[in-house]
Amino acid sequence: MSHEGVFDIRKHVRIYITVFVALAALTIVTVAVSYLHLAKVSALLVALFIATVKGTLVACYFMHLISEKKLIFTVLIFTALFFLALILLPIFTDVEMIRSPHVP
Amino acid sequence: MSTAMIHHIEDPHPVTGITNSKLGIWLFLASEVMLFGALFSTYIILRVGSESWPHGWTLLNVPLATLNTMVLITSSVTMVMAWASLMMNRIGRYRLFMGLTILLSFVFLVIKYFEYSHKFHHGHFPSTNTFYAIYFTLTGLHGLHVLGGIIVNTYFLLPGSRLWKTNPKQFTGRVECAGLYWHFVDLVWIFLFPTLYLL
Repeated sequence: MSHEGVFDIRKHVRIYITVFVALAALTIVTVAVSYLHLAKVSALLVALFIATVKGTLVACYFMHLISEKKLIFTVLIFTALFFLALILLPIFTDVEMIRSPHVP
Repeated sequence: MSTAMIHHIEDPHPVTGITNSKLGIWLFLASEVMLFGALFSTYIILRVGSESWPHGWTLLNVPLATLNTMVLITSSVTMVMAWASLMMNRIGRYRLFMGLTILLSFVFLVIKYFEYSHKFHHGHFPSTNTFYAIYFTLTGLHGLHVLGGIIVNTYFLLPGSRLWKTNPKQFTGRVECAGLYWHFVDLVWIFLFPTLYLL
Protein backbone atom coordinates (compact mmCIF):
# COMPACT_ATOMS: atom_id res chain seq x y z
CA MET A 1 0.00 0.00 0.00
CA SER A 2 2.82 2.40 0.89
CA HIS A 3 3.98 2.46 -2.73
CA GLU A 4 0.64 3.92 -3.71
CA GLY A 5 1.58 7.42 -2.54
CA VAL A 6 -0.31 10.18 -0.83
CA PHE A 7 -2.48 11.33 -3.73
CA ASP A 8 -5.59 9.24 -3.09
CA ILE A 9 -5.34 8.75 0.68
CA ARG A 10 -8.01 11.41 1.23
CA LYS A 11 -10.36 9.34 -0.95
CA HIS A 12 -9.47 6.30 1.18
CA VAL A 13 -10.38 8.20 4.36
CA ARG A 14 -13.88 8.86 2.98
CA ILE A 15 -14.22 5.12 2.23
CA TYR A 16 -13.11 4.25 5.80
CA ILE A 17 -15.86 6.48 7.23
CA THR A 18 -18.47 4.90 4.92
CA VAL A 19 -17.33 1.39 5.93
CA PHE A 20 -17.51 2.39 9.61
CA VAL A 21 -21.12 3.59 9.20
CA ALA A 22 -21.99 0.33 7.37
CA LEU A 23 -20.38 -1.77 10.14
CA ALA A 24 -22.25 0.13 12.87
CA ALA A 25 -25.56 -0.19 10.97
CA LEU A 26 -25.04 -3.94 10.41
CA THR A 27 -24.26 -4.41 14.12
CA ILE A 28 -27.59 -2.76 15.00
CA VAL A 29 -29.39 -4.92 12.39
CA THR A 30 -27.89 -8.19 13.68
CA VAL A 31 -28.83 -7.31 17.30
CA ALA A 32 -32.35 -6.21 16.23
CA VAL A 33 -32.87 -9.48 14.33
CA SER A 34 -31.78 -11.47 17.40
CA TYR A 35 -34.67 -9.90 19.37
CA LEU A 36 -37.12 -11.38 16.82
CA HIS A 37 -36.19 -14.85 18.19
CA LEU A 38 -36.24 -16.51 14.77
CA ALA A 39 -36.14 -20.29 14.34
CA LYS A 40 -32.71 -21.85 15.02
CA VAL A 41 -31.62 -22.29 11.36
CA SER A 42 -32.94 -18.89 10.16
CA ALA A 43 -31.30 -17.12 13.11
CA LEU A 44 -28.00 -18.87 12.39
CA LEU A 45 -28.10 -18.06 8.67
CA VAL A 46 -29.00 -14.39 9.20
CA ALA A 47 -26.35 -13.90 11.93
CA LEU A 48 -23.64 -15.63 9.90
CA PHE A 49 -24.56 -13.74 6.73
CA ILE A 50 -24.37 -10.35 8.47
CA ALA A 51 -21.10 -11.31 10.23
CA THR A 52 -19.62 -12.43 6.89
CA VAL A 53 -20.59 -9.13 5.22
CA LYS A 54 -19.05 -7.19 8.13
CA GLY A 55 -15.91 -9.34 8.06
CA THR A 56 -15.56 -8.88 4.30
CA LEU A 57 -15.85 -5.09 4.70
CA VAL A 58 -13.10 -5.07 7.34
CA ALA A 59 -10.81 -7.36 5.30
CA CYS A 60 -11.36 -5.57 1.97
CA TYR A 61 -11.15 -1.96 3.11
CA PHE A 62 -9.39 -1.72 6.51
CA MET A 63 -6.94 -4.52 5.66
CA HIS A 64 -6.70 -3.29 2.04
CA LEU A 65 -7.35 -6.74 0.54
CA ILE A 66 -9.24 -5.07 -2.30
CA SER A 67 -5.95 -3.75 -3.69
CA GLU A 68 -3.56 -6.41 -2.40
CA LYS A 69 -0.92 -8.43 -4.28
CA LYS A 70 -1.47 -11.97 -5.58
CA LEU A 71 0.83 -13.64 -3.02
CA ILE A 72 -1.38 -12.56 -0.11
CA PHE A 73 -4.38 -14.18 -1.82
CA THR A 74 -2.38 -17.38 -2.34
CA VAL A 75 -1.67 -17.46 1.41
CA LEU A 76 -5.34 -16.75 2.13
CA ILE A 77 -6.64 -19.49 -0.21
CA PHE A 78 -4.60 -22.09 1.70
CA THR A 79 -5.75 -20.56 5.00
CA ALA A 80 -9.39 -20.73 3.89
CA LEU A 81 -9.03 -24.40 2.80
CA PHE A 82 -7.50 -25.47 6.11
CA PHE A 83 -10.03 -23.39 8.04
CA LEU A 84 -12.86 -25.08 6.14
CA ALA A 85 -11.38 -28.50 6.97
CA LEU A 86 -11.21 -27.49 10.67
CA ILE A 87 -14.87 -26.48 10.66
CA LEU A 88 -16.17 -29.38 8.53
CA LEU A 89 -14.30 -32.23 10.25
CA PRO A 90 -16.38 -32.15 13.45
CA ILE A 91 -19.58 -31.79 11.42
CA PHE A 92 -18.70 -34.94 9.41
CA THR A 93 -17.88 -36.73 12.66
CA ASP A 94 -21.30 -35.77 13.95
CA VAL A 95 -23.02 -37.10 10.80
CA GLU A 96 -21.19 -40.40 11.37
CA MET A 97 -22.47 -40.46 14.96
CA ILE A 98 -26.05 -39.92 13.76
CA ARG A 99 -25.71 -42.82 11.26
CA SER A 100 -24.41 -45.25 13.85
CA PRO A 101 -25.69 -44.10 17.24
CA HIS A 102 -24.23 -45.76 20.31
CA VAL A 103 -27.49 -45.44 22.21
CA PRO A 104 -29.36 -48.77 22.04
CA MET B 1 24.66 -4.34 12.01
CA SER B 2 23.94 -3.90 8.31
CA THR B 3 24.86 -7.52 7.50
CA ALA B 4 22.27 -8.77 10.00
CA MET B 5 19.53 -6.64 8.46
CA ILE B 6 16.34 -8.17 7.11
CA HIS B 7 15.96 -7.07 3.52
CA HIS B 8 12.91 -5.60 1.79
CA ILE B 9 11.18 -4.28 4.90
CA GLU B 10 10.60 -0.80 3.48
CA ASP B 11 10.56 -1.41 -0.28
CA PRO B 12 8.57 -4.25 -1.86
CA HIS B 13 10.44 -7.45 -2.71
CA PRO B 14 10.98 -7.56 -6.51
CA VAL B 15 9.50 -11.07 -6.75
CA THR B 16 6.50 -10.86 -4.42
CA GLY B 17 5.67 -7.17 -4.94
CA ILE B 18 5.16 -6.71 -1.17
CA THR B 19 7.47 -6.04 1.75
CA ASN B 20 8.73 -9.04 3.72
CA SER B 21 7.18 -7.45 6.82
CA LYS B 22 3.74 -7.52 5.25
CA LEU B 23 4.15 -11.12 4.05
CA GLY B 24 5.30 -12.02 7.57
CA ILE B 25 2.30 -10.46 9.30
CA TRP B 26 -0.13 -12.15 6.85
CA LEU B 27 1.48 -15.54 7.52
CA PHE B 28 1.13 -14.86 11.24
CA LEU B 29 -2.54 -13.96 10.73
CA ALA B 30 -3.01 -17.22 8.79
CA SER B 31 -1.76 -19.10 11.88
CA GLU B 32 -4.15 -17.03 14.01
CA VAL B 33 -7.06 -18.10 11.78
CA MET B 34 -6.09 -21.71 12.56
CA LEU B 35 -5.93 -20.98 16.31
CA PHE B 36 -9.37 -19.39 16.46
CA GLY B 37 -10.68 -21.83 13.81
CA ALA B 38 -9.86 -24.77 16.08
CA LEU B 39 -11.79 -23.12 18.92
CA PHE B 40 -14.78 -22.29 16.70
CA SER B 41 -14.70 -25.92 15.58
CA THR B 42 -14.69 -26.97 19.24
CA TYR B 43 -17.68 -24.70 19.85
CA ILE B 44 -19.61 -26.37 17.00
CA ILE B 45 -18.87 -29.92 18.19
CA LEU B 46 -19.76 -29.04 21.80
CA ARG B 47 -23.00 -27.33 20.82
CA VAL B 48 -24.14 -29.95 18.29
CA GLY B 49 -23.16 -32.78 20.64
CA SER B 50 -24.94 -31.45 23.73
CA GLU B 51 -28.51 -32.38 24.58
CA SER B 52 -29.44 -28.78 25.36
CA TRP B 53 -27.66 -25.49 24.79
CA PRO B 54 -28.75 -22.10 26.16
CA HIS B 55 -29.35 -19.11 23.91
CA GLY B 56 -26.47 -16.70 24.52
CA TRP B 57 -28.88 -13.81 25.14
CA THR B 58 -30.49 -15.59 28.09
CA LEU B 59 -27.18 -15.71 30.00
CA LEU B 60 -25.06 -12.87 28.63
CA ASN B 61 -25.47 -9.09 28.51
CA VAL B 62 -26.28 -8.28 24.86
CA PRO B 63 -26.49 -4.43 25.20
CA LEU B 64 -23.05 -4.33 26.85
CA ALA B 65 -21.57 -6.63 24.17
CA THR B 66 -23.19 -4.48 21.43
CA LEU B 67 -21.54 -1.43 22.96
CA ASN B 68 -18.23 -3.32 23.00
CA THR B 69 -18.69 -4.24 19.32
CA MET B 70 -19.17 -0.55 18.50
CA VAL B 71 -16.06 0.33 20.55
CA LEU B 72 -13.93 -2.22 18.69
CA ILE B 73 -15.25 -1.18 15.26
CA THR B 74 -14.48 2.46 16.12
CA SER B 75 -10.95 1.47 17.21
CA SER B 76 -10.43 -0.22 13.84
CA VAL B 77 -11.34 3.05 12.09
CA THR B 78 -9.03 5.11 14.30
CA MET B 79 -6.25 2.57 13.63
CA VAL B 80 -6.60 2.84 9.86
CA MET B 81 -6.83 6.64 10.21
CA ALA B 82 -3.53 6.58 12.16
CA TRP B 83 -1.89 4.81 9.23
CA ALA B 84 -3.56 7.17 6.70
CA SER B 85 -2.22 10.14 8.71
CA LEU B 86 1.33 8.82 8.31
CA MET B 87 0.71 8.41 4.59
CA MET B 88 -0.25 12.12 4.55
CA ASN B 89 2.92 13.01 6.53
CA ARG B 90 0.90 14.21 9.50
CA ILE B 91 2.62 12.78 12.57
CA GLY B 92 0.53 14.87 15.01
CA ARG B 93 -2.69 13.44 13.61
CA TYR B 94 -1.13 9.96 13.74
CA ARG B 95 -0.46 10.37 17.48
CA LEU B 96 -4.05 11.49 18.04
CA PHE B 97 -5.59 8.52 16.21
CA MET B 98 -3.14 5.98 17.68
CA GLY B 99 -3.85 7.38 21.15
CA LEU B 100 -7.61 7.03 20.49
CA THR B 101 -7.11 3.44 19.30
CA ILE B 102 -5.31 2.54 22.54
CA LEU B 103 -7.94 4.35 24.63
CA LEU B 104 -10.77 2.47 22.88
CA SER B 105 -8.91 -0.83 23.37
CA PHE B 106 -8.82 -0.12 27.12
CA VAL B 107 -12.55 0.76 27.06
CA PHE B 108 -13.19 -2.65 25.43
CA LEU B 109 -11.23 -4.44 28.16
CA VAL B 110 -12.91 -2.45 30.96
CA ILE B 111 -16.38 -3.37 29.61
CA LYS B 112 -15.22 -6.99 29.36
CA TYR B 113 -13.99 -6.77 32.97
CA PHE B 114 -17.47 -5.67 34.10
CA GLU B 115 -19.04 -8.55 32.13
CA TYR B 116 -16.64 -11.09 33.66
CA SER B 117 -16.92 -9.75 37.24
CA HIS B 118 -20.74 -9.84 36.96
CA LYS B 119 -20.53 -13.50 35.94
CA PHE B 120 -18.05 -14.36 38.71
CA HIS B 121 -20.20 -12.48 41.25
CA HIS B 122 -23.15 -14.73 40.35
CA GLY B 123 -21.00 -17.86 40.59
CA HIS B 124 -20.61 -18.47 36.86
CA PHE B 125 -17.12 -19.77 36.11
CA PRO B 126 -15.55 -21.70 33.20
CA SER B 127 -16.13 -24.84 35.29
CA THR B 128 -19.86 -24.11 35.71
CA ASN B 129 -20.95 -25.70 32.43
CA THR B 130 -19.84 -26.29 28.83
CA PHE B 131 -21.37 -23.01 27.62
CA TYR B 132 -19.38 -20.91 30.10
CA ALA B 133 -16.25 -23.01 29.43
CA ILE B 134 -16.23 -22.17 25.71
CA TYR B 135 -17.47 -18.59 26.36
CA PHE B 136 -14.61 -17.80 28.73
CA THR B 137 -12.04 -19.59 26.54
CA LEU B 138 -13.01 -17.76 23.34
CA THR B 139 -13.53 -14.30 24.87
CA GLY B 140 -10.48 -14.75 27.14
CA LEU B 141 -8.20 -15.59 24.23
CA HIS B 142 -9.65 -12.67 22.26
CA GLY B 143 -9.09 -10.40 25.28
CA LEU B 144 -5.43 -11.48 25.41
CA HIS B 145 -5.14 -10.49 21.74
CA VAL B 146 -6.59 -7.06 22.58
CA LEU B 147 -3.98 -6.74 25.35
CA GLY B 148 -1.24 -7.72 22.85
CA GLY B 149 -2.53 -5.03 20.46
CA ILE B 150 -2.41 -2.42 23.25
CA ILE B 151 1.24 -3.28 23.99
CA VAL B 152 2.29 -3.11 20.31
CA ASN B 153 0.31 0.07 19.61
CA THR B 154 1.64 1.79 22.75
CA TYR B 155 5.16 0.96 21.58
CA PHE B 156 4.44 2.54 18.18
CA LEU B 157 2.87 5.59 19.86
CA LEU B 158 5.78 6.24 22.22
CA PRO B 159 9.36 4.84 21.81
CA GLY B 160 8.75 3.15 18.44
CA SER B 161 7.69 6.43 16.81
CA ARG B 162 11.30 7.68 16.95
CA LEU B 163 11.80 5.74 13.72
CA TRP B 164 9.55 8.28 11.95
CA LYS B 165 12.42 10.84 12.10
CA THR B 166 15.03 8.52 10.58
CA ASN B 167 12.97 6.23 8.32
CA PRO B 168 9.34 7.33 7.84
CA LYS B 169 8.68 4.72 5.15
CA GLN B 170 9.67 1.81 7.38
CA PHE B 171 7.72 3.27 10.31
CA THR B 172 4.58 3.60 8.14
CA GLY B 173 5.03 -0.04 7.08
CA ARG B 174 5.31 -1.12 10.72
CA VAL B 175 2.13 0.75 11.65
CA GLU B 176 0.37 -0.85 8.66
CA CYS B 177 1.38 -4.32 9.97
CA ALA B 178 0.18 -3.44 13.49
CA GLY B 179 -3.05 -2.27 11.85
CA LEU B 180 -3.49 -5.56 9.99
CA TYR B 181 -3.20 -7.39 13.32
CA TRP B 182 -5.64 -5.00 14.98
CA HIS B 183 -8.24 -5.36 12.21
CA PHE B 184 -7.92 -9.13 12.52
CA VAL B 185 -8.73 -8.87 16.26
CA ASP B 186 -11.80 -6.81 15.26
CA LEU B 187 -12.72 -9.42 12.62
CA VAL B 188 -12.58 -12.26 15.17
CA TRP B 189 -14.92 -10.31 17.47
CA ILE B 190 -17.34 -9.72 14.56
CA PHE B 191 -17.83 -13.52 14.45
CA LEU B 192 -17.56 -14.13 18.22
CA PHE B 193 -20.29 -11.62 19.07
CA PRO B 194 -23.21 -13.27 17.19
CA THR B 195 -21.92 -16.80 17.90
CA LEU B 196 -21.79 -16.40 21.68
CA TYR B 197 -24.34 -13.68 22.43
CA LEU B 198 -27.03 -13.77 19.75
CA LEU B 199 -27.53 -17.44 18.83
